[in-house]
Amino acid sequence: MSRALQRMAVAILELGQGTDDLILIGIQRRGVELAERIAKLIEKEEGVDVPRGALDITLYRDDLGTVGPNPVIGATHLPGDLTDKHAVIVDDVLYTGRTVRAALDELADFGRPKRISLAVLVDRGGRELPIQADVVGTAAKTSPDDRVEVQVDEVDGRDQVDIVR
Amino acid sequence: MTSSTLGKDLTGLEHMTPEQIRLILDTAEPFKEVSERPIKKVPALRGKTIVNLFFEASTRTRISFEFAEKRLSADTVNVAASGSSVSKGETLVDTAKNLEAMRIDMVVIRHPSSGAAEFLGNRIASNVINAGDGQHEHPTQALLDLLTIRDKHGKIAGLKVCLVGDVLHSRVARSNIWGLSKLGAEVGVCGPWTLLPRGIEDLGVKVFARIEEAIEWADVLNVLRLQLERMERGFIPSLREYYRVFGVTPERLERAPRDITIMHPGPMNRGVEIDSRVADGPHSIILDQVTNGVAVRMAVLYLLAGGRAELADAAKRGGVGGGGGSE
Repeated sequence: MSRALQRMAVAILELGQGTDDLILIGIQRRGVELAERIAKLIEKEEGVDVPRGALDITLYRDDLGTVGPNPVIGATHLPGDLTDKHAVIVDDVLYTGRTVRAALDELADFGRPKRISLAVLVDRGGRELPIQADVVGTAAKTSPDDRVEVQVDEVDGRDQVDIVR
Repeated sequence: MTSSTLGKDLTGLEHMTPEQIRLILDTAEPFKEVSERPIKKVPALRGKTIVNLFFEASTRTRISFEFAEKRLSADTVNVAASGSSVSKGETLVDTAKNLEAMRIDMVVIRHPSSGAAEFLGNRIASNVINAGDGQHEHPTQALLDLLTIRDKHGKIAGLKVCLVGDVLHSRVARSNIWGLSKLGAEVGVCGPWTLLPRGIEDLGVKVFARIEEAIEWADVLNVLRLQLERMERGFIPSLREYYRVFGVTPERLERAPRDITIMHPGPMNRGVEIDSRVADGPHSIILDQVTNGVAVRMAVLYLLAGGRAELADAAKRGGVGGGGGSE
């Protein structure tokens, strides 16, 4: 995983041609940890402490009526106004694209970034919306019955990506 | 994750489990942040219609519910008893059934009769939230009190919380006693004998006849509003005497062995049950209670709204009605 994150850090720097106006925004929960790791890698590379935010998209989901409420809502905190920033959304798995759709809606309520990019550790295909990632750690072919489980040291005690078939 | 976490209605804390109460408090936590955003609104309840049905005067509670609803993107309608068909003699159930015929999703009800919210909840398919029923319960007030105490002290279990004043007529007191006890706090009450319910010790609360003893004992004082209409009915001799004997004053608090957190559900009678210097003092969390009220109500609305899918199924099976009540 650390090699994939290293590649993602480099790719994110190339996207924005440096760290100017860059903000990394992790999606709760594991996206937040991944954004933190990528920020550390960028700091090692460039010596710049990139601002980070965390976003919980639960309240922007489109399926409250069918799956019921998710009682565990994580914190949302953003480092100031996003207007004219380059916001990079960081998440562990990109699948249907609905989480990213919700994140885009939510970010719009915090300002008008000049650009929003998407960086994911695993792209497992299976999109239901026209959304693609700008930076992908690794791509995996999966079927709808598979589950992709990303574990990160800070939350789970180890770094691991499993595809459970 | 199940939609039945809270059931269909929120009518009171008496029959809730500690886990359900904690779930609401924990869910309220992220909602605090929504009210601090530049755009104070999330789409969670988009398309839901909520009726605020208030048969009694209310400023704080009604506005707090309305903010909570609007910040969740629900559509809201306020109905006050005066100026509605209620004043023409329509029954509560008829009023609610007519509202349901216009396809609403939730009713927030304040009513002078104890048990009105549960009565209504058992008769309509919409979610019902009790915003105060007679002398019975005011669950969202107690929940916001619990959240504010937890914010201030970092815990609830083991704290000593004393309710001061007119406990007899107070639905806030009743809901607080249930909620605090369930979460492991020690609860006391203090007030003139005429304003303490008979047999209140049976609820497991300590009774203090003198405010000085309550102050000696407590970590938190929740000072209840002295309902001024009580004076005319002979419960207390005069407001001045009440202040002299039971008023929470800086002089009395100075003798306390520790800093005491001061709460009040509002509206306050300054200079009657609470001295202005206490209400505005450094240990007062009265305005934090008001801020937390919006977050707690958002949490309750959000959690109950999620139960709709299951409810619809139950309604199709004929399960909603008598049995769809408070669990």
